[in-house]
Amino acid sequence: MNDDTGRYPLKLEGDNIPMVSFRNVTKKYGDLTVLDRLDLDVAPGEMVTIIGPSGSGKTTVLRSLMTLETIDGGVIYVDGEPLTHMEKGGKLVRANQRHLRRMRAKIGMCFQHFNLFPHMTALENCMEGPVQVLGLPKDEARERALELLGMVGMSEKSDQHPSRLSGGQQQRVAIARALAMRPSVMLFDEVTSALDPEMIGEVTNVIRSLVDQHSLTMLMVTHQMGFAREISDRVCFFYGGSIEEQGAPATIFETPEKERTQQFLSAVLQAN
Amino acid sequence: MSYLEFLGNYSDRLIDGSLITLLQFVLAALVAVAAAIISGLIKLAQLKPLQAVATVYIEIFRGTSLLVQLYWFFFVLPLLGVSLEKFVAGFLAVGLCYGAYGAELVRGAIQSVPRGQWEAALALNMSPAQRMWRIILPQALVIMLPPWGNLMVEILKGTALVALISVPDLMFEARQINNNTYLSAQAFGTALVIYYIFARFVVTPLMRWLERVMARRIGRA
Ligand SMILES: Nc1ncnc2c1ncn2[C@@H]1O[C@H](COP(=O)(O)OP(=O)(O)OP(=O)(O)O)[C@@H](O)[C@H]1O
Ligand SMILES: [Mg+2]
Repeated sequence: MNDDTGRYPLKLEGDNIPMVSFRNVTKKYGDLTVLDRLDLDVAPGEMVTIIGPSGSGKTTVLRSLMTLETIDGGVIYVDGEPLTHMEKGGKLVRANQRHLRRMRAKIGMCFQHFNLFPHMTALENCMEGPVQVLGLPKDEARERALELLGMVGMSEKSDQHPSRLSGGQQQRVAIARALAMRPSVMLFDEVTSALDPEMIGEVTNVIRSLVDQHSLTMLMVTHQMGFAREISDRVCFFYGGSIEEQGAPATIFETPEKERTQQFLSAVLQAN
Repeated sequence: MSYLEFLGNYSDRLIDGSLITLLQFVLAALVAVAAAIISGLIKLAQLKPLQAVATVYIEIFRGTSLLVQLYWFFFVLPLLGVSLEKFVAGFLAVGLCYGAYGAELVRGAIQSVPRGQWEAALALNMSPAQRMWRIILPQALVIMLPPWGNLMVEILKGTALVALISVPDLMFEARQINNNTYLSAQAFGTALVIYYIFARFVVTPLMRWLERVMARRIGRA
């Protein structure tokens, strides 16, 4: 990492602190630059959708925020505090495991392939984090899990193992599992891409209901342009590891300014 | 002497020997499982000095003969100041030898648990130890149980070598009977059948049952 962290604040201060802030973030795999000096702020309660061609770094944005990847330059802040770094002697240094664990508590993530734990029932999947990580008593964790499984319409299947559930059902349980940790920020990486068409609606409905509650900050990567347009506060079009164009959904989808955005959208719309 | 008479005369000794064999097997199996899990985990962790120890252990025990290892434990270690009861030297040598094979099964099984499971556990903010013990190992166990079934039979058969350091197991008794009576066919024939029964009707069904139980717990059955 370039030792240039001196120019980043130790903490974000002021009136409108973003919930998530990427400052000049760079991520490389060998010679390949996947995130290229990315700046991205997400306000508390905001739903931001990331669209863009394959390989443009959309997934990497979410994985960096979940601390599944380390970044090579810049700083990510969550809730005003540095996530990828921590303060030491008045300077920002790379975060240690303890700092990462503390900060990770604010973030939840849902994956394209659900990644439910196959050796646990739906209910146990949703209780695992609250009991093991948050230290909740079992009955309290069960109550919380059942409430969330109810919210995603999975009460009836709470005793089933993932292998007995359809893709749409598994993804709904995965959303409940992430929410059971009470994160401030939720990340959705193409959560409907692995689903049969008839199951997409049941998952998007759950996300829609989360948007309606206005309490969660959400970052979503999707190829479903109609859904992105309908529920996003803001759409970011990624190209080559940074934001080529962003704005209100109506603006991006109807009157995009950049040529690459226009090309991408017309290609996607043609494909549909 | 008819075979019935033979059994009448020597069944006590054969039964005693069989019990010792079973005991050697159970203890050797426990040693093997413990050694396999510990050295398999160490090989996966990024702990360089410990990793070297695990590698040396696996290489030595897989690369040399069990009989030679057994003699080392019983005849050479005392010269280095470590004296073991022959009974302990027996199951320890057998267990450590097959544990070195088991280590590779543990390592392979853990590595074949999909990456997404680690990532989901990390996204729930689980600690590295919680990720391993609560998420990865239970799934790895289901993957590695079938090859462990074979290894268990190997361990059972391997225990026959402890007779060579005079642990009074089934093989030891059969040899004694043979030395005293020259009834080789009866003595070794009976031992053969008993080993077969243990392997085929005790160890294998037990492992199959474990496989089924674990598969059910993971929701596959
Ligand atoms: N572990 C890795 N090692 C090397 N290269 C990687 C790795 N992970 C991702 N990449 C590369 O980084 C680039 C960005 O990947 P990323 O997954 O963020 O793209 P994406 O925008 O999500 O694409 P898609 O729409 O196909 O999911 C791609 O070129 C990808 O091949
Ligand atoms: Mg992606």
